[in-house]
Amino acid sequence: MLEYLIVGVLLSNLPTVQLSAQDTSTIDRGVRIGIIYRPGVRPGMVMLPRKGMGLDSVRAMVARDLDYSDRFEIISLPGGDSIRLAAPASGSSSSARRGRSSSVGGGGQQATAGSLNYPLYQALGADFALDITATGDTTVATLHDIAAAGVRRTVRAVLPPSINPDFRLSVHRLADQMLQAAVGTPGIGATRVLFVKDGKVYQIDQDGADQKLVSSSDRQAMSPAWESDGRRFAYMEFQAGHGWLFLQEMATGKRSAVATTGTALDFTPAFSPDRQTLAFSRATEEGTDVYTINVKNNCCLRRLTVGRFSDNLSPTFSPDGQRIAFVSTRPGLPQIYVMAADGTDQQLFAPFDYGVTGASNAPEWSPDGQSVAFHRDVAGTLQVFVLDVRTRTVRQLTSVGRNEDPTWAPDSRHLAFVSDRSGYRQLWIIDLETGRIRPLLQQSGARLPAWSPRLSEAPTSTP
Amino acid sequence: MKSVSLLLVIGLGVALVTGACASNPPPQTTPQANADSAAAADRARQDSIAAAQADADRRAREEADRVARQREADSLAALSRTAEEVRGTLATMIHFDYDKSSLRSDDTGALDQKVAILQANPGLRIRIGGHCDERGSDEYNLALGNRRAQAAKQYLVSHGIEAGRIETQSWGEEKPLAQGHDESAWSQNRRDEFEVISGGDNLRRPS
Repeated sequence: MLEYLIVGVLLSNLPTVQLSAQDTSTIDRGVRIGIIYRPGVRPGMVMLPRKGMGLDSVRAMVARDLDYSDRFEIISLPGGDSIRLAAPASGSSSSARRGRSSSVGGGGQQATAGSLNYPLYQALGADFALDITATGDTTVATLHDIAAAGVRRTVRAVLPPSINPDFRLSVHRLADQMLQAAVGTPGIGATRVLFVKDGKVYQIDQDGADQKLVSSSDRQAMSPAWESDGRRFAYMEFQAGHGWLFLQEMATGKRSAVATTGTALDFTPAFSPDRQTLAFSRATEEGTDVYTINVKNNCCLRRLTVGRFSDNLSPTFSPDGQRIAFVSTRPGLPQIYVMAADGTDQQLFAPFDYGVTGASNAPEWSPDGQSVAFHRDVAGTLQVFVLDVRTRTVRQLTSVGRNEDPTWAPDSRHLAFVSDRSGYRQLWIIDLETGRIRPLLQQSGARLPAWSPRLSEAPTSTP
Repeated sequence: MKSVSLLLVIGLGVALVTGACASNPPPQTTPQANADSAAAADRARQDSIAAAQADADRRAREEADRVARQREADSLAALSRTAEEVRGTLATMIHFDYDKSSLRSDDTGALDQKVAILQANPGLRIRIGGHCDERGSDEYNLALGNRRAQAAKQYLVSHGIEAGRIETQSWGEEKPLAQGHDESAWSQNRRDEFEVISGGDNLRRPS
């Protein structure tokens, strides 16, 4: 008992972490960086230890998802069930909050709630405690609100067996439900990242597990892009001297060529949020311009830009579908521009200093619409930047090594990108709120990542 | 001044004296030859010349025959050797500065040769592939490679080649020629490649 209390004191005395979304704080001319996010502490989360439940992989996956969400201080316990039984629950810590939490709660869990030693976990710095148990083939996840001394939410799920391809996604969904219950926003556990390696398209779960080849041809591919419901993706493939655009179903691998493709070099496809339209770049004798095509009816090619002496490429839709950000070389070097989705009202989007700022490329509009991530040449190497859409100011996110091709997670606070910071080019994930960076993949040569939307059901099931 | 003139006069005098001495030749001392032996030697010499001449003629005829036979036998190979040489000239790459698609002045010679080859072979159709180094953005490099291919095509068209005979393609940075990560590799990779699409079987040399 005394031992654990000492641990609790140590934990609660940890210095408040200053949250800043930078991996360094170098200053670049013309770029305002070093913006510090509101300082604060994230809620503490304890994963309750359970032994001999046959749930080790489920618990490990959920714990990792909660950790990778970067929304909690994950508190590790010394282990063992003894801590749960160390002292009886007082059950009287905050009756005001208990009323609120029981209205959100799953109900019928007062017995469980009573058995947890809430004051002890509070002393350990925990705001939430997550308990995962199994009854028969039902997995029960219970989220305790420590301050309210009650159960916030209980989810019962029948998970597929671990050899089932849907297993991992089901566990990730369970983690997302727990995160939603704790902080009120959906998680990113049940998401995947498409990327290109050696000319092939692969997928990988956001936690770095389950890498799979999804290319259904041997030809060289580039630029995978998700449809907004996660059922299909578009990509470009080199074929017979041209760049072709294909749509491929995630579940079956079945693919079809986009109408009018195959006559020129088509590349960088991007779905509109309503899934009706595919915007892309087409390189012809006149240069490269942004086009759209109706992929629902496979018709109606439209040209949105007329570059003549400049190139326009890499379109990305705003989440309301009203605008398209893109790259244009009209100022000389490529920079980030924006236009209405019908091609009108073209204007500079990300400010730059003429003759000073380097080339800017690979824009991707965040799912919440507030930001556009892109990369920019800084002193001969590439760095990831984020444009604030409302204020039209940019800030530099990275400065270690070469960092490029950012892609947003559905929570609009994580970005996957390519970096050679470890010596070779691989995929990394940065959390914009905390600045925490983790490798997604420990393999050389991965590039052009595309983060999926939340995958509502397992797209790889039943081919 | 006076002494210099005097020396000059003396020098001229010496030259005149020695000149007079040389113009006075010594008497002839050549011996008279025997007439018979001279005739025999002359005949022998004439014979050997004729024999050598006949031999040389025969060898020349044989060589000419052999070459003719060889030429006939190897006519196809010879033709294809020419075609190979022309194809090699046609395939000579041109190179670009970083993030540029303008033609370099040191490449106009190579492009002029391609113009001549395309003019000498009206059935020839080619594809120009634009390539980039790894430093730029992966997707932007597809647009840049396209510009590079178009720049070469524009040059050929402006020198009288029909545009329909030239296709273009961009590979961006996807097909590097040199695998290194330094300027020597990058400068090799920023290039246009030229390949034959059709009509490249019996390429003629430009006249």
